[in-house]
Amino acid sequence: MSTESSNTVTAESVLELLDSVTDPEIPSVSIRDLGIVRSVEVDAAGSDTQVTVTISPTYSGCPATRVIEADVRDTIKRTGVGKVVVRQQLNPPWTTDWITESGRRCLREAGITPPACWASHPAASEADAECPRCGSRDTRLIAGFGSTPCKALWHCADCIEPFDYFKPH
Amino acid sequence: MDTDIARFELLLQLGDNALILGHRLSEWSGDAPVLEEDVALTNIALDLIGQARFWLTAAGKAEGLGRSEDDLAYLRDARNWRNLHLAELPNGDFAKTMLRQYFFDTYHLLLLEGLAVGQDGEIAGIAGKAVREVRYHLRHSRGWVIRLGDGTEQSRARMQQALEDCAPCVPELFETDNCYRHLVECRIAPDVQALESEWQRQTRQVLDEATLEMPEIGHAMSGGRQGLHSEELGYLLAEMQFLQRAYPGLSW
Repeated sequence: MSTESSNTVTAESVLELLDSVTDPEIPSVSIRDLGIVRSVEVDAAGSDTQVTVTISPTYSGCPATRVIEADVRDTIKRTGVGKVVVRQQLNPPWTTDWITESGRRCLREAGITPPACWASHPAASEADAECPRCGSRDTRLIAGFGSTPCKALWHCADCIEPFDYFKPH
Repeated sequence: MDTDIARFELLLQLGDNALILGHRLSEWSGDAPVLEEDVALTNIALDLIGQARFWLTAAGKAEGLGRSEDDLAYLRDARNWRNLHLAELPNGDFAKTMLRQYFFDTYHLLLLEGLAVGQDGEIAGIAGKAVREVRYHLRHSRGWVIRLGDGTEQSRARMQQALEDCAPCVPELFETDNCYRHLVECRIAPDVQALESEWQRQTRQVLDEATLEMPEIGHAMSGGRQGLHSEELGYLLAEMQFLQRAYPGLSW
């Protein structure tokens, strides 16, 4: 059974599988949508299929990175793959510019405003962070650091609610 | 000068600064003046400790004796630490913590930006990643220095005192040794003179805005990179290393 299923493993099928793996601190967004997955290689030459997944860690000290690595390994192994290697690639460094459109939508639905500008843009400005609840742009920064390394705390003047903002990085 | 030895020294310095300052900031955990600052200081600590892990892992690899990041963090005595005096300076009050942070962040960002465009792929990779984090650290600490300096009589007096306390640690930031000079020649690390003048330019601007005056520096601290430290580092290490010293190899 396990041999049968691992025979059908391809890079595409592994990538699809990784759609179900999320950042434990932002469970509404998959790691693919967060732009963490760099590449998937499948080596089926030996007796045991080996899958190598390369990921970009987000923040240097983010405790979620280890959990993500373990989840990637477990999720792929569950399909009968014998050997899974998860590699970290630091360069080029992960950026929020790699978050996909659907990732940005999922963040918004979870009440987290996605980055208001391209991190790579030289004149990046966050002045117009949009409230994820009412859509108002009458908002202001309360604290530059939030509940996780990737977020800041903002406040909406229209619905008078605080909200999480995913910092351009 | 052997490039491997010079790389090892630089990697240790970078890791030690990040880990010692990260530990200092973690001492604020649960104790900051307001909740938002508690969150901010511990987030900055987390970034720095994360960066230290990359640097120390790379240092262990460069050394080639099989020492891991944990061996380097938990099993070295004060004499073998390469961090700056500024990083080990006790927290003091919130003003001192923020001014220490501002001086370090300004230096740290300039150094990392230089390393990120250097010729050593591994160092450039870790530095390039850290640059994005340190930009947020600097934005935070700079904001507080200005707000407290150009604030009330009380907050300004505390910030000015913080300057008196931190200023003796500044000249050490720009000390060099044979190892560093070699890495500059190899175009791995940025030139210190350019870094120093840019640091002076930026901090002068911010201190002006904060209505603060840089004091005359009398006796300057020196030699952190050669393992010469204040008594305070010993106390910090005693706490940080306690578990591994008392129960070698402990893990959970």
